[in-house]
Amino acid sequence: MLMSRRGSFRLVRSGRPMAEQGIVKGGHRPKLAPGVRLQFDDRRQAWFLLAPERLMEADGPAKDILSRCDGRRTVTEIVEELAQIYTADRAVIDADVRELLADLVGKRLLQL
Amino acid sequence: MTAPPPPLGMLAELTHRCPLACPYCSNPVALENRAGELGTGEWRRVFAQAAELGVLQVHLSGGEPLARRDVVEITAAAHQAGLYTNLITSAIGLDPERLAGLRAARLDHVQISIQDTDPGSADRIAGYRGAHERKMAAARAVADAGLALTINAVVHRANIERVEAMVEIAFALGAGRVEIAHAQYYGWALRNRDALMPTRPQVDRALQAVARLRQAYQGRMVIDAVVPDYYARFPKPCMGGWGRRSLNVTPSGRVLPCHAAETIPLEFWSVRNHALEEIWLHSPAFQAFRGEDWMQEPCRSCPRRGIDFGGCRCQAMAILHDPAATDPACSLSPHHAEMLELAELASESGVAEYEYRGRMKAVPRPAPSVVS
Ligand code: SF4
Repeated sequence: MLMSRRGSFRLVRSGRPMAEQGIVKGGHRPKLAPGVRLQFDDRRQAWFLLAPERLMEADGPAKDILSRCDGRRTVTEIVEELAQIYTADRAVIDADVRELLADLVGKRLLQL
Repeated sequence: MTAPPPPLGMLAELTHRCPLACPYCSNPVALENRAGELGTGEWRRVFAQAAELGVLQVHLSGGEPLARRDVVEITAAAHQAGLYTNLITSAIGLDPERLAGLRAARLDHVQISIQDTDPGSADRIAGYRGAHERKMAAARAVADAGLALTINAVVHRANIERVEAMVEIAFALGAGRVEIAHAQYYGWALRNRDALMPTRPQVDRALQAVARLRQAYQGRMVIDAVVPDYYARFPKPCMGGWGRRSLNVTPSGRVLPCHAAETIPLEFWSVRNHALEEIWLHSPAFQAFRGEDWMQEPCRSCPRRGIDFGGCRCQAMAILHDPAATDPACSLSPHHAEMLELAELASESGVAEYEYRGRMKAVPRPAPSVVS
């Protein structure tokens, strides 16, 4: 077998340029890509997105978005639900959700 | 020293047995035998302890993990412990029944190695006739079953000119991710270094190809690369730091900070005698190069020491016979020039024969004696 000897894990960072948010439409029903799992870790008391050879901590809003990416809810519905939980402006929530989703699609962690 | 954070990943080497004999294999030159392997129940206990310790992902590997008859049970046990499961396989032995069993056991991800894009060359590298064709079929079956697939290609002198074709094949097979891994010279690869080492221009072309391919496949397939140490300017942050992020359990249960760590004379503890957490926190092998106290100059006062952790201890051992030395892959190491020279000499050695793991060198067999 072969094991690569670089560090096996990378943290996935957000920060995709605004322009690419356009790929995420309100009617899309996002879901986690094959091989990607959202899981609570008791030891660290934190949510993690686990994927092939990578993992990222999914903090508050990220977890609330990702746990709704079930292939049934639309992006619009997800934004709507988040607007119920968070006090921020709906337009801000909408932009944040699309940015996160676009970033994860680019990394093949999410499918639209 | 303050207690280290819990590990994130664990490599479970289920067996050292393997039908292939790749000359760059990272297994130790002295392979562990079947009789000493941990049983199903022992692995179940190890997975439970790993999850409790904080491990999130387990990489089921070998050798060839499918050489174990209980691989499906082992996978199920890892999943039941709450671990993300990744099977690292040659795909030889991945028949439809096995695949269905692994799916039912909730395997998360499969990584299949390919040796080349040209079947003849691939089979010669693997030391197994027909390997390439079987791998292609198995990889397709994995993708068709809806499982996440990574194709791993180890790159060296015999195949480095075909990096683009390897990436294309991975995409055509339905992989979501491909790893272009320059051979790392430990274990069997170190033995075969003369036959494996590419030339500097070859490496430069391969790096450019990967950069181009990353652009081309953006959003469609992830391309990860393992860098070619010998021609590097700075070393890789090996294992994300010694005893910092992951651990490795050998077929017989010895727990190592990385899979090559046994090349360094250290005291390793076994899951047969100690709990995993105790090993992680207190075993001499894990303590040996944790933190920065062990570092020598130039690492000790280098601003990059928190980025690359001084590089790879096993490489310092292999090249300089001093596991605490700065990794000679680093351009700041006083021995960097020697390492480059080793690479250049090896790349021009003209050696084309591999020494295959687990096989005798081609010695003519004595004729059977006739008993009259
Ligand atoms: S001197 Fe040590 S810490 Fe600095 S770059 Fe080289 S290996 Fe890394």
